[in-house]
Amino acid sequence: MSLWWILALPFAGFLANILLGPRLGKRFVSVVATGTVAAATLIAFSRLIPFVSGTRETVIESIGSWISTDRLSVDLALRLDPLSALMLSFVTFVGFLIHVYSVGYMHHDETDAGYARYFAYLNLFLAAMLVLILGDNFLLMFVGWEGVGLCSYLLIGYYYDREYAAAAGRKAFVVNRIGDYGFLLGLFGIFTLFGGFSYDAVFSAAAADPGRYAPALGLVCLLLFVGAVGKSAQFPLYVWLPDAMAGPTPVSALIHAATMVTAGVYMVARCNVLFRLATDAMMVVAIIGGFTAIFAAVIALAQNDIKKVLAYSTVSQLGYMFLACGAGAFVAGMFHVTTHAFFKACLFLGSGSVIHAMGGEQDIRKMGGLKSKLAITYPTFLIATLALAGIPPLAGFFSKDAILAAAFAWHPEKAAWIAKLLWAAGLLTAGLTAFYMMRLVSLTFHGAFRGTHEQEHHVHESPRSMTVPLIVLAFLSIVAGFFGLPVVFGEHANWVEGFLSPILLPLAGLAAEPHHLSHAVEWALIALSVAVAAGGLWLGWTWYAKQGGAVPARIAARYPAAYALVAERFRVDELYDALIVRPFVALSRILWKVVDVLIIDGVLNAGAFLVELLGDLLRFLQTGNVRNYALGILLGLVALMFYVVSGF
Amino acid sequence: MSGPVPLLHVLILSVALFAIGLTGALLRRNAIHIFLSIELMMNAANLALIGYALSWGTPEGQIVVFFVIAIAAAEASVGLAIFVALFRHTKTIDVNQVNLLKW
Repeated sequence: MSLWWILALPFAGFLANILLGPRLGKRFVSVVATGTVAAATLIAFSRLIPFVSGTRETVIESIGSWISTDRLSVDLALRLDPLSALMLSFVTFVGFLIHVYSVGYMHHDETDAGYARYFAYLNLFLAAMLVLILGDNFLLMFVGWEGVGLCSYLLIGYYYDREYAAAAGRKAFVVNRIGDYGFLLGLFGIFTLFGGFSYDAVFSAAAADPGRYAPALGLVCLLLFVGAVGKSAQFPLYVWLPDAMAGPTPVSALIHAATMVTAGVYMVARCNVLFRLATDAMMVVAIIGGFTAIFAAVIALAQNDIKKVLAYSTVSQLGYMFLACGAGAFVAGMFHVTTHAFFKACLFLGSGSVIHAMGGEQDIRKMGGLKSKLAITYPTFLIATLALAGIPPLAGFFSKDAILAAAFAWHPEKAAWIAKLLWAAGLLTAGLTAFYMMRLVSLTFHGAFRGTHEQEHHVHESPRSMTVPLIVLAFLSIVAGFFGLPVVFGEHANWVEGFLSPILLPLAGLAAEPHHLSHAVEWALIALSVAVAAGGLWLGWTWYAKQGGAVPARIAARYPAAYALVAERFRVDELYDALIVRPFVALSRILWKVVDVLIIDGVLNAGAFLVELLGDLLRFLQTGNVRNYALGILLGLVALMFYVVSGF
Repeated sequence: MSGPVPLLHVLILSVALFAIGLTGALLRRNAIHIFLSIELMMNAANLALIGYALSWGTPEGQIVVFFVIAIAAAEASVGLAIFVALFRHTKTIDVNQVNLLKW
């Protein structure tokens, strides 16, 4: 079946749910929403399986012309190539699992209208995401890009009657808009340089004549990357993602962990031909990614909201992906996108299950000891945690190790020390990640219960529609890594690299082949990253599960200023508030009070006042006495005659 | 003396009548007097028209006069009806008393 069906079905589900859902009730909405997504997933896999087992030649399906002028022509075309196939596989499948999970998660506490609205937006999101990844040109990607941004805004603000949720939605939208502005300028740059938007045309033109395009591509790539920084929550535009946790938890899992936020990585990987020509832009990508990775990981150390920890962890992991892309290891970046989608979705859905069990409580200081009561959530959460921490043989180990190895092997022409610094930052981040995730697990599932009595009584395992997706995702978190074994296991052990190589590996003669490490160095790196991860886990376990948090409390008491700085997220939001928001509000107030009220209203009111004054004077001409009017007529007549006679 | 009346004479009479009518219309307070004065002005105009028609030997001026007389008849009936209505309403036809549309 045509690729168009894959995105048409969720879109049809959106239309049905938004128009009919509120009247036909929850059962109808659940069936339509999950049914359309299930059908789309089946169609996607019916296309993917022959694609993967066949020759893997790029398929382009066009349903006609979209824009056609003498300077620009854009087709409505979808594209199935290894890169979009990889994205398609996990977007549809994880999307389907999260739809199923949502049926259980949203069932109790929403009205029919709210339930229908939720699933309509979720379906629309999936349709937009599929446009983003399947589109065959930059304009279709942009349509999907904006579509997912809209759905993200709508779903963050799903509980729109709560002030903070509405504010979080606005914040996400505005911050993303800043990034989208850069992305749009990048698209204009691409049009100026290449005169078109089709991937094949742009990339083949760039590859055919690198010398001609390379100087201008630096700027274009940076602008495109600004878009990725906004969408994928990188420093300095990451601030919207932690706030986005105000949305329902399945939304956090689907949009703000597994799929939408990886769109930036996908876009950079898609444009790898352009980025490889712009080495300075690549350096910026790597620096931003590496810095974000460690920065967000440090913040995550001291957060007490279960979802906030995971949110900062997501920001940090996205930083890893950009670090990989910047180092030229697009395959490792995309591989981490995929494995991260599984274990981070599992973690978020697990946290949703915990919150569900705790009756809405999100503060891990008030949890504890949930291990025995959540017999399915706990093991799946633990597996995903170990996968994220990078413990072999779970998925995160292979993808993270690939990124660290690529960063280590990276030898940029300029400033090679930065590459080593970024590798060290990545390694440290791995340790921090293991530590804060173990802290999260310890505080949530181990120790004594610290909530209220009602909560303790209330705690229960979630319904099957929620636990089955957890199990599936935990399973995938275990096995997904084997698709990308490091090269030490054999020359062709890395299936993902072989699969993605037509799209993501450098074209012949375009750039130097990435440096290959000797097996001994690679083994050493593996041992080092495993040791760091294990050390982080051990420390988290000892400090929080065994000793009950006494040591970190002492450290916090010893350095109160430093601890407060981290706990308050380096006060970046406050900084933006002081530097941007408040000056902007002050300027708006000036425009309101001075320009609008004083000047514009003043001029208009003065005009009205003059007219009124004139009327006040002239009305005395209206005596009401007809003979006065007749005299006026006479005088007018005399004046007229005088004028005619004298020719004056 | 014989021959037609000179045009100038006719016009002098017409202007005199018009001026008398105008003075009456402006100075009188009784609505009926004003009305009569206006009739006088109208007939002064008629006289001027006839005088020109006579002087130039063309019939158009006389034709117009017939129209004016016909319309004046209609106007008289409407005007008098207004006065009757006015009197019923205010018990006066003194136009100085009828100044409701004052500032």
